Amino acid sequence: MSTPHSRAVILGGNRIPFARSNKQYAKASNLDMLTSALDGLVARFGLAGERLGEVAGGAVLKHSKDFNLTREAVLGSALSPTTPAFDLGQACATGLESVVTLTQKINAGQMESGIAAGVDSASDAPIVVGDSMREILLELSRAKTLPQRAKIASQIRPSYLTPQAPSTGEPRTGLSMGEHQAITTAAWQITREAQDELALASHRNLARAWDEGFFDDLSTPYLGVTRDTNLRADATLDSLARLDPVFGRKLETPATMTAGNSTPLTDGASTVLLGSEEWAAERGFTPLARIIDAEAAAVDFVDGAEGLLMAPAYAVPRLLARNGLTFADFDVFEIHEAFASTVLCHLAAWESEEFCREKLGLDAPLGSIDRAKLNPLGSSLAAGHPFAATGGRIIATTAKYLRLTGQKRSLVSICAAGGQGLTAIVEAA
Amino acid sequence: MKDTYLDLVNGPLKQIAKTLGLPQPVKLQRFGQTPAQYLSAPVLVLGTSPGAQRIADRLLENDFEVRRHPGSGESLRAVIAVFDDAREPDDLSQTALELGASLRSLLPCARVISVSQALRPEGQDPEEAATAQAVTGLTRSLAHEMRAGSTANGLLLDGVDVDAASATAALWFLLSAKSAYVSGQLLTVSSTAGEEIRAAEFVATGDAGPLAGRTAIVTGAARGIGAAIARTLARDGAQIVGVDMPQAGQALAAVMNEVGGRTLQLDITSDTAAERLAAAVDNQVDILIHNAGITRDKLLANMDASRWDSVLAVNLQSQARINARLGEANLFASGSQVVSLASTSGIAGNRGQTNYAASKAGVIGLTAASAQAFGQRSGSINAVAPGFIETDMTAKMPALTRQVARRLSSLQQGGLPVDVAEAIAFLASASARGINGQTLRVCGQNMVGA
Repeated sequence: MSTPHSRAVILGGNRIPFARSNKQYAKASNLDMLTSALDGLVARFGLAGERLGEVAGGAVLKHSKDFNLTREAVLGSALSPTTPAFDLGQACATGLESVVTLTQKINAGQMESGIAAGVDSASDAPIVVGDSMREILLELSRAKTLPQRAKIASQIRPSYLTPQAPSTGEPRTGLSMGEHQAITTAAWQITREAQDELALASHRNLARAWDEGFFDDLSTPYLGVTRDTNLRADATLDSLARLDPVFGRKLETPATMTAGNSTPLTDGASTVLLGSEEWAAERGFTPLARIIDAEAAAVDFVDGAEGLLMAPAYAVPRLLARNGLTFADFDVFEIHEAFASTVLCHLAAWESEEFCREKLGLDAPLGSIDRAKLNPLGSSLAAGHPFAATGGRIIATTAKYLRLTGQKRSLVSICAAGGQGLTAIVEAA
Repeated sequence: MKDTYLDLVNGPLKQIAKTLGLPQPVKLQRFGQTPAQYLSAPVLVLGTSPGAQRIADRLLENDFEVRRHPGSGESLRAVIAVFDDAREPDDLSQTALELGASLRSLLPCARVISVSQALRPEGQDPEEAATAQAVTGLTRSLAHEMRAGSTANGLLLDGVDVDAASATAALWFLLSAKSAYVSGQLLTVSSTAGEEIRAAEFVATGDAGPLAGRTAIVTGAARGIGAAIARTLARDGAQIVGVDMPQAGQALAAVMNEVGGRTLQLDITSDTAAERLAAAVDNQVDILIHNAGITRDKLLANMDASRWDSVLAVNLQSQARINARLGEANLFASGSQVVSLASTSGIAGNRGQTNYAASKAGVIGLTAASAQAFGQRSGSINAVAPGFIETDMTAKMPALTRQVARRLSSLQQGGLPVDVAEAIAFLASASARGINGQTLRVCGQNMVGA
C-alpha cells in the first residue's frame, strides 16, 4: 500500500525539562506545567494572540476539577482565548494520541493548525477518600434534617479517613505496572545486564543531546530547571549494577528490574506544533516531519494471556504491513522505555520465530533492530516519564532528529496501561 | 529598583529638601506618559545663520510653535542654539548669551540643543576647529546647569548641513520624551544617508511606527535592559526575535509573548551563533541589538582567568565574531543596522571592573571601526553607553553606594531600562542611518565617566 499523502506537518515542539516527582515541580499543578509548556511553544513560534485550530491534550493523573484541563491551559497561555481545546486520554499514549488526532483533523481539512500536548504530575496528584467515606459524604449531602445528618455521620469510622493516593496499579489485577512487567521480563528471560546496558545507553544519548544543544529549541526551562533532572550523565554499568531489584522479587526467577532500569515517577509537560503545509508556508515555518500512519493495539493481560505492556509488539507488525514496510526501511526507532525490559521484550518478540508465527500469524520473524538506531537521543529511562507528556517529547525529538540528520523514517512505539500500545510512522518532511 | 528618595522629594519632603539644599530630582517625562509626545509649548530657535532659519522652517512644517527672538517671557519647551556657521570664537557670543537669557523661561523637562560643526582635525582651519570644539564645552557645561529634569545636548554636523535626514531625526529624538535621560551628549551626523521622517511619524507606534516592517534581533532579551529594548522596538513596530541563554528561556518566553515576538535560546559565544541568528530571520539580518552582557567584578589584583575571559567573551568577542561572520557570509540585509551596548564604565573606567570596562571600551572601538563596512551596505552601526540604570544589577549595589550613584548625574537620579531602549530604537531606525560609528551615552550626564 502506498503511503497516503499527509498535508499535516510537524513544525516543532516545546517541553519543560522533566523533573523527578516531589522535587522542583512538587508544587506545580498539571495546569501550571501545561500552560508553561504552551507559552514556551507560542514564544518560539511567535504565535502570541493567534487563534489556532485546536489544542488537544490530557493528563493521566487528573484532578476532577481539571475536567477541561487543556482549555484552561489555553486560557492561561499567550494564545488567543478563541483557540478551542479538548482533553483526551489513552494512558501513557495520551501525548501520541493527541498528535495523531490533530494530524487527522488537519489532513481532513477541518483545520489548519493545532498543538498536541500532554502533561502529568505525580507530585500534585489527586488524593481521594475511599468508597465507604465517599458514599457517606454523598448521603450527607442528600440528608435534609439534623437528626438524619447525625445518624449518617455516626457511621464514619476512623479508617475511612485514610486518603487513597493514586497508584500505577492495574484496576483489574491489582498489580503495579512494574510487577506486571517483571512477569513478562521473566517470561522472555531478559537479563539484568541487558537492561542495565539499555538504561546506560539512554542516559548517555540523552546527556550528549543536551550537551550538544539539541534541546535548545525543543525545551524551555521551568522553575529554574534547565535539564531533565533524572538524567545521570555519569551513570556507568557499575553504578547501575549496584542497585537492588525493586520489582519481581516475589517471582521464582531472579529479580532484575531496578530503579536504574525502570522509569521513575516524573513531572513534566510537552507540546507539539502541527500545521498544514500551507499554514506553515504562510508563516515561514520549516516542516520537520509528518505522521504517515498510526496503529493502536491492545492485549488481554487480565487473564495472563499476554504481558501488560506487550501491545506494541502487535501494533507494529500491523502498521508495517499496512504500509508495506520492514524494519530495514527505518532509520530511527523510538521505543518508549517504560522499563528497559519492556523495550527488550518487544525486540525479542519481533526476533522470535515462534511469537511472530503463533501470535502475529507471520511466516517469518520481523527481525532485529540495529541498536545504533534505537532511541538515539535517549528515552524515558533517562528523561523520566511524565505519562501523558512522553508522546510529545518523542514526536518533537524524532521529527527534529530526522530533519537535522537528513534521515527519512522513524518508528515510534509507546506502551500504555490497560494493555494498550500506540505506534506511528514519522517521515521527514 | 524603586528610587524612594525621588518619590519623597516630589512628595512630602519637597519643602524640607529645598530648605536643606538637598538634591531635588524631578520625575522625568517619558514617552507614552502624556498624550503629546513633545511638550506643547513654543520652541525658540536662536542663531542668525541660514541653517538656523532652515531648522525653524522645518519645525514649522512639522506643526511646532516656533519663536526666533528671545525675551518674550513666555514658557518654552526647548531652545535650539544654532552655531553651524560659526568660524571664530567671537561668532559664539551673541547666540550663547541669548541662550542664557532664555533658560529661565524653560518648562520642566525642557530641552536645549546646540547645533554646530563637528571637529575634523584634518583639513579644518584651526580657528574654525577651536570654535567648533568650544560649542561642545558650552553644551556639556550647560547640561550641568540645567534644572528640573531639563537636558542639554548637541548635534554635530560632520560634512553635512542641517537638512540631513539624520540631523532632523536627531532633533526629533532630542526634542521628544524619548531622550529623557540623555544629557550632556553630542551626537554626530556624518552622512546624508537615512530616510526623511516627520516629527509625528517619529513618535508614532505600531504599524505606523518608525520600525514598522522591520525585524530586530535582541540578545539578552529575557530581562532588564534587554527586555525593555524588546518592548520598545516592538512598540515602534518591529518584529522581535529575542535571544538569551537557554537557561533564561522561561523569562524570555514571557517577554516575547508580551511583545508578540519569537524566542531563540542560544549561547551567543557558541561557534554557530551567527549562523543560527541569521537562520532565525531567513538569513537577512536587518536590525541586530548586541545587548547580552555579564559582569564578573574583581579588582585586577584578584582577577582570575575565568572572570576575565568570560566577560570579554560574552561582552566583546561574541559581538565581533557575529558581526564578522554575518558580514563575510552576506547575511546582513541591505540597510541593516546594528546597535551595541557599551557602558560608561568603558569610557571612564570603574574600580573593580577592569574586565568589564575593557570589554565595553572594546565595543566602542569595534563600533567605530565597523562603521565604514556598514555604511557601504547603506546601514549603520552604533553603540549606546548606559550610565546608572535601575536594573537587577544595580539593585545589588550596597544601599548607600546606590543612593550616591543615583545623585551623581546632572538629572540626580538613575535612568530606567526604557531610557536606554529609546536611544537604541532611535539609532536602529532608518532615519538615523546618517549616524554611524558613534557611541551615545544614556547616563543623565553622570559625573563619573567624563
